[in-house]
Amino acid sequence: MATTILPKSPAPAHQPARGAGPAVRRSTPLRRRRSIAAWGFAAPFVLLFLVFTAWPVISSLLMSVTDIKSRDLRDPFNVNFVGIDNFAAVLRDPLFWQAARNTGYFVIVGVPLVMFVSLMIAIALNTGITRLSGFFRVGYFMPVVTSIVAVAVVWRFLLKDDTGIINVALGWFGIDGPNWLGDPNWSMPAIILMAVWRSMGTLIVIFLAGLQGVPASLHEAAALDGANAMQRLRLITVPIMRPTLLFGAVLTGIGYLQLFEEPLVMTNGGGPLNSTMSVSLYIYRQFGFGNYGIASAMSYLLFLAIVLLTLLQFRLLSERDPRPRKKARTASPAASPTTAPEGSTR
Amino acid sequence: MSTMTHKAPGSTSTAVKQNKTRSIAIGEARPQWWLYLSLGIGLVVMLTPFVCMVLSAFKPEAEIRANPPTWWPQTFTLENFSELFTRLNFPQFFTNSAVVAVLVTLGNLVFCSMLGYAFAKIDFWGRDWLFRLVLGTMMVPGIVMLVPLFVLVSRLGLVNSYAGLILPFLAGPFGVFLMRQFISALPDELIDAGRIDGASELRIFAQIIMPLCKPALATLGILTFLGSWNNFLWPLVVASSEDKYTLPVALALYSTGQNENHYGLMLAGAVAVVAPVLIVFLFLQKQIIQGIATSGIK
Repeated sequence: MATTILPKSPAPAHQPARGAGPAVRRSTPLRRRRSIAAWGFAAPFVLLFLVFTAWPVISSLLMSVTDIKSRDLRDPFNVNFVGIDNFAAVLRDPLFWQAARNTGYFVIVGVPLVMFVSLMIAIALNTGITRLSGFFRVGYFMPVVTSIVAVAVVWRFLLKDDTGIINVALGWFGIDGPNWLGDPNWSMPAIILMAVWRSMGTLIVIFLAGLQGVPASLHEAAALDGANAMQRLRLITVPIMRPTLLFGAVLTGIGYLQLFEEPLVMTNGGGPLNSTMSVSLYIYRQFGFGNYGIASAMSYLLFLAIVLLTLLQFRLLSERDPRPRKKARTASPAASPTTAPEGSTR
Repeated sequence: MSTMTHKAPGSTSTAVKQNKTRSIAIGEARPQWWLYLSLGIGLVVMLTPFVCMVLSAFKPEAEIRANPPTWWPQTFTLENFSELFTRLNFPQFFTNSAVVAVLVTLGNLVFCSMLGYAFAKIDFWGRDWLFRLVLGTMMVPGIVMLVPLFVLVSRLGLVNSYAGLILPFLAGPFGVFLMRQFISALPDELIDAGRIDGASELRIFAQIIMPLCKPALATLGILTFLGSWNNFLWPLVVASSEDKYTLPVALALYSTGQNENHYGLMLAGAVAVVAPVLIVFLFLQKQIIQGIATSGIK
C-alpha cells in the first residue's frame, strides 16, 4: 500500500514533467493542459483524502506494531517498535475471543436471517401487489434512515422485561418472554432482532431491483410444467438473482461485522457477562483505555475478517452461474474476481 | 450502480405489467388477500417501534413504567420534551448536529463533484491509480481509522472542535463514485462544444456540467446529510465536552449514564433525533431509497 501512496505526494505542480514520462501515452500540450486542469479539480478532494483517510489507514498499520499509548501523544519519541507483540497479546486475550465469537454469532445468524426475510418480502412485494406497493416499500424502508442510537434507545424500551411491548405481545400468545437485555442467552438475539428490523429496508430495495431481471415467462413456463412456488423460487429466482444476492450479502456482512452502536446503547457497552461485547466495541474500549497499539492491531484483525468474509461470500455465491458449467469448481478462484464487479454494479 | 438508479422507475412499471399477466396465466387472478395481510402485519411490526416511541414520549414517567403498560397516553404531557431543554442542553446539540451536517454536505457536494467530473470526462495522468486508491479505501471499516485519526486530530489541536468533527468527512469516496457515474452518462459533445467555444475547464464544469447534475447532487446531498446526522462513532470520540456533542452522542451518553432509567426523557430525545429525518424521508423517499440501495447499509 505504501508504494502506491508515495508517488502521490508530488502535487499537481509536478504533473506536467511526470506526464511526459510514459512513452505509451502520447503527451501532447493539450493532454498536459488537461492533466493540470484535472489535478486542479482533484486537488481539494485528494488533499483531504490523503490526510484524513489514506494516512490513517497506513498509520493504523504502523501503530499496530508499536507500543503507542495515549500518553505518547505528547511524547512521540517514547514509542517503541514491538513487532507482532500486539497481535500476539490480542490473540491471547480471552475477552477478544469472546468479542470475536459474539460478533461471529451476530453475523452468522443475522446475515442469513435478514437476507431471507428481505427476499421473502421483496418477492411478496413483486408478486401481484399493485396497489399499496410504494406504501409498503416506504414503511419497510423507514428504519434504515434513522439514527441507530435513537432506535437503540427505543428498542431498549420495547425490550424491557416486564412492561416492554415485545414481552407483552408474547404474553398474548401465552409466552413468558425472557428478560431480553438482562439475560446473557437472550441479549444477542435481541440485538439481532433489532438489527434485522433496521437493515431490512435496504435489502428489500436491492432485491426488488434484482427481481426485475427475473423474466415472468420463465415462471409461467415452470408453473405450466407443474413446479410449485417453492421450486420456482429455488430453481429460477435464486439462480438468476445470484449477483444481487451476492451484493446484498457482501454489503450486509461488511456492515454487520462492524456491530457497535447497538450493544453500546442497548446493553450499556457489553451486556450481561459481556454477552454482547463486539469486536468494534472492544476496540473502542481499548482505545478508551489508551492502548492505541492494541486497538490498532485489533482493528486490522477486524479488517482482515471483513476481507475474508467478502472473499468467502464471493466463492459461495458466485460459483455457479445461471448456465451451469459442471465441475468448474477448480476454476472458481480465478472466476470470482471477474464476477465481482458485475455483482457490485447491480 | 447508476444503471439501477436510473432504470428503476421505468422497469418497475413494466414489471408490474408482467406480473399482472403472469398471475392471470397461472390462474391466481383472485386478489391475493393473504399477501396483503402478511405484508400488512409485517408493516405493523415495522412501524410499531416508531408508534411506541412517539406515544410514550408524551406520557408522564409514571405511566411509562405502569404495569400493565398503556397504549394511548392516559395523561398527555409535554414535560419530557420541555426537559430536553431544562435538563439537557438540547438546542446546543441540535445546532451542533445541524452545523456539522450542513458543512459536511456542502463540502462533499463541491469536492466530490469536482473529482467525479475529472474522473468521468478527463483522461489525465494518474487517473487510474487514483481511482483505484479511492475505491480501495471504501472497504476499510471506519474503526480502523479511529485511533490514527484521533492521534492526527489531537496533534492538529482539533479535538473537541467543529473542525475536528467535520474535516475527516469532507471527502467521502461514495460521493465521488456517485458523481462519476452520473457525469459519465452525460454526452461528451456538451464538453467538446464548450471547449470549441473557448470555455475553460472550470467554466465547463461550473456552467455546463453542474446544472445538469442536479438530480445526482440532490441524492448525494440528502444521503450525506443523513449520514452525518446519524453519525456516531467519530463524534463520540472527538467531542469531549457538552458544547460540541451532536444529538446521537448526547442521546447515547445520557441514556447510558445517570438518566439510564429516565425513559420519558430518552424517548423524547429519540423523537427529536428521528422525527426530522423521517419527515425529510417521507418527502424525498424516492431519491433516498434509490440512493441508499446503491450505497449500502451504513
